[in-house]
Amino acid sequence: MKSNRVALAALLGLIALPLVVREPYFQHLMIMVLLWVTIGTGWNLLAGYTGQVSFGAAAFFGVGAYTAGLLSFHLGVSAWWGLALGGVVAVLVGFPFGWIAFPLRGAYFALGSLALGEVMRQLATIWESFTQGMMGVLIMPTFLSKLPYYYIALALAAGSVLVVRLVLGSRLGYYFISIREDQDAAMSIGINTTKYKMISLSLHAFLTGTAGALYMNYMGFIDPHVVFSLHDISIMAILVGIVGGVGTVYGPAVGAFIMVALQEVFRSAGFGALEALSKAIGGGFMAGLTKYVSQAHVLAFGILVVVVIMVLPNGLVGDWRKVSRLFKRAS
Amino acid sequence: MEVFLQTLVAGVLKGGLYALIGLGMTLIMGVMGIINLAHGQMMMVAMYVTYVCFNYLGLDPYLILFISVPALFLLGVLVQRYTLNPLLKVESLLPENQVLMTVGVGMVLTEVARFIFTSNYVSVKTTYSDATFFLGGVSFSVALTIAFCFACALTGGMFWFLLKTDLGRSIRAVAQDAEAASLMGVNAERIRTLTMGLGAGLVAAAGNLLLPIYYLFPDIGGPFTRKAFVITILGGLGSTVGAILGGVTLGLAEAFGATYIGMEFEDMVGLVIFIAVLLFLPGGFKRLTKI
Repeated sequence: MKSNRVALAALLGLIALPLVVREPYFQHLMIMVLLWVTIGTGWNLLAGYTGQVSFGAAAFFGVGAYTAGLLSFHLGVSAWWGLALGGVVAVLVGFPFGWIAFPLRGAYFALGSLALGEVMRQLATIWESFTQGMMGVLIMPTFLSKLPYYYIALALAAGSVLVVRLVLGSRLGYYFISIREDQDAAMSIGINTTKYKMISLSLHAFLTGTAGALYMNYMGFIDPHVVFSLHDISIMAILVGIVGGVGTVYGPAVGAFIMVALQEVFRSAGFGALEALSKAIGGGFMAGLTKYVSQAHVLAFGILVVVVIMVLPNGLVGDWRKVSRLFKRAS
Repeated sequence: MEVFLQTLVAGVLKGGLYALIGLGMTLIMGVMGIINLAHGQMMMVAMYVTYVCFNYLGLDPYLILFISVPALFLLGVLVQRYTLNPLLKVESLLPENQVLMTVGVGMVLTEVARFIFTSNYVSVKTTYSDATFFLGGVSFSVALTIAFCFACALTGGMFWFLLKTDLGRSIRAVAQDAEAASLMGVNAERIRTLTMGLGAGLVAAAGNLLLPIYYLFPDIGGPFTRKAFVITILGGLGSTVGAILGGVTLGLAEAFGATYIGMEFEDMVGLVIFIAVLLFLPGGFKRLTKI
């Protein structure tokens, strides 16, 4: 299979990458990309293959992160236990929610997941005696070098893609897709749709929660606004999915790369290029523009949602033929 | 007892405005079959229109209704015409593409507002913003009472429009069955565009009426979008009577929550209601009222 070979080559490349690129800044960016590959892949399994669009990735991400952080904060055990437990706790949070929302049709699940993220954020803010509220949770990072984090993130990302491939090759994957395509038809041939939607949700929650726990270990600091953020986590997860390609195995991986790069370009104002330019020209307008661009990534995301949905409804990977045809015509 | 009555009054008055927000949302839900996740953001835009007209033209906030409502009607029409209608023809895996699109539109609106007005809080202070009058020992905020009356009038007008006019009947027909309506000669696409405009206009009125007693910053849209969908779920998707009941219920619940549990829980109340409705009354008040 051609796609297999490409994936394997990409994996080998990613293993070798930090040995070539030694700059901590780029290693940090790559760790973020790999985290988003994990989250996006989990989201895609639920939304792209099972057809249940979740606006609540932040709920599971935050729960995973807080699990790791609070284990270390309250019990004094290593935050790495969170990596094992974060996903499990996220599943436990997702379970009652899915049990309420899945038997209902229509917009209930999408809205419910949006509400779940908000409930979690409010809870983490209000329950100060347990979560430290807005002060956040601070832990000491274990490693000074970025390499261990990089390889753990890579293992997680590769593992999540592998999970999706295994699921799709099995009976489970066919059940998921049948639910997406036609729920009534799936039910009429005896598929327990609620049960399989729950399994899909659990996988999504587990992968996202584990990514959250790794984030806590890596960054060393979380607060409710960072890990339960609607725009920076939940919407970002959706963007990673739709930019790369909903319902494709490798789409989220491509999407994660593009989205993190885009976010960074805006955050650093074109990697400092704009700043250099404004210094060279010396105009007040350019300085103002630079300042604004560094805050504009949400605007760019919004425009990106609009453009991608209209032009590439199946994402870069899903609409690859369309994209490559465009390139051919241009050259 | 006095505290209870006071809370009740505050809840009902606020509920009137919430009903207006929910009414727009439920109209869009009924006709398009989607949840408009840019609803609160449209309200935010209307509030900035009001703010600008008040500050630079010196108009009375209630006069500005005649500017902000048409302006947002236009915005709704443009959004539907150029972003949502084209999606109906695009083939894709996810039926939720339109909902995602409204999220994108909401983000763009918020950020553009931030670009123009910065993140600072602003407010519109009029002579009657803080004025109150007493009725049997219970105080009524003048601005909120006026807003409530306007909201009732607008809701009544909307009902008359939906029940008695040709256009209103067409809207209800498309909501019931778009295909059948098209076969009867209703231009479903135009009705969708019009409904989005109406929904945006209604929420604009709510934002405009709320501004004299509230504050304003670009991120205010998000919380109101959440309130709007809680109201819609509570009332039953697509039910107009339900939206009014849902709005008043949410207003009451928030007022009582803030008084008897604590101010910081005010935002949580709506979300708890949301989950309770899904558990105990899936389908909302629509199941009880049948309309």
